[in-house]
Amino acid sequence: MRARILIRPKAGILDPQGQTVERALPALGFEGVANVHVGRLVELDVEDPSRLPEMCEALLANPLIEDYEIVEAAKGP
Amino acid sequence: MTRFGVLQFPGSCDERDAVHAASLVGEAELLWHQERDLRGVDAVIVPGGFSYGDHLRVGAIARFSPVMVAVERFARAGGPVLGICNGFQVLCEAGLLPGALLPNLSLRFVCRQVELEVLSNDGAWTRGCAVGERLSVPAKHTTGRYYAPVPVLEEMAAHGQIILKYAAGHNFNGSVADVAGVANAAGNVLGLMPHPEHAVDALTGSTDGLKLLASVAAPALV
Repeated sequence: MRARILIRPKAGILDPQGQTVERALPALGFEGVANVHVGRLVELDVEDPSRLPEMCEALLANPLIEDYEIVEAAKGP
Repeated sequence: MTRFGVLQFPGSCDERDAVHAASLVGEAELLWHQERDLRGVDAVIVPGGFSYGDHLRVGAIARFSPVMVAVERFARAGGPVLGICNGFQVLCEAGLLPGALLPNLSLRFVCRQVELEVLSNDGAWTRGCAVGERLSVPAKHTTGRYYAPVPVLEEMAAHGQIILKYAAGHNFNGSVADVAGVANAAGNVLGLMPHPEHAVDALTGSTDGLKLLASVAAPALV
């Protein structure tokens, strides 16, 4: 399986990167944008997807400060 | 004489200053990240730098290096361990210290002298300091905003694990509750973002950093 793991700052933790982007967009004329958060994307091919949560907890994310979401992706060329 | 072992990961950059600083109060040697035993040292310093290029997350990869297995065993047995800057990040990732380090609120790399206030001298590394004493030490980092959830912070405060805080006006990275240095519950493991190993010579403005190292070395000197 090809998986995408979306990692974002946990709700409630101050995210200065998201805030900076949120302030920059109106400056370029893009109005009406709110709640911007900047995270990371990890893409991988995995033989046993049932182990993905374990991988996220152990290495890919830091559960104290980050939430992760596992999304199945179409296999690339 | 107290023997300090200073870890060296690919990407460490402050290990030589740490060896120099420790050698002023004891003996010091480098321990390469692939070593599996600590050669019988009395204390371990996890130095600053950019271990494994800070890939994925600061400190995330270094915690899995072979030498960290030995450091964890050493720490859990009560051996004194000091994590400085990236070393602090590594110890948090390894679960030897509570909390995590987030990007500075300014999102910028900052290099400046900071004043730290000693909140506790119960732990191994501040035994030689007075409570309320101020230490002047340089800090230089991009990812140094200490964070722990409120219940964890309350528990740490109750157990006297918040050892150092940024003095008023010195919390430039936005750390929660001005926390600058934290210990494990037993008090033998300390982590902080500022660099005591860069404050050991009057020529560079302060020798306060030596007090932390001497706290560990002193019992052996008696």
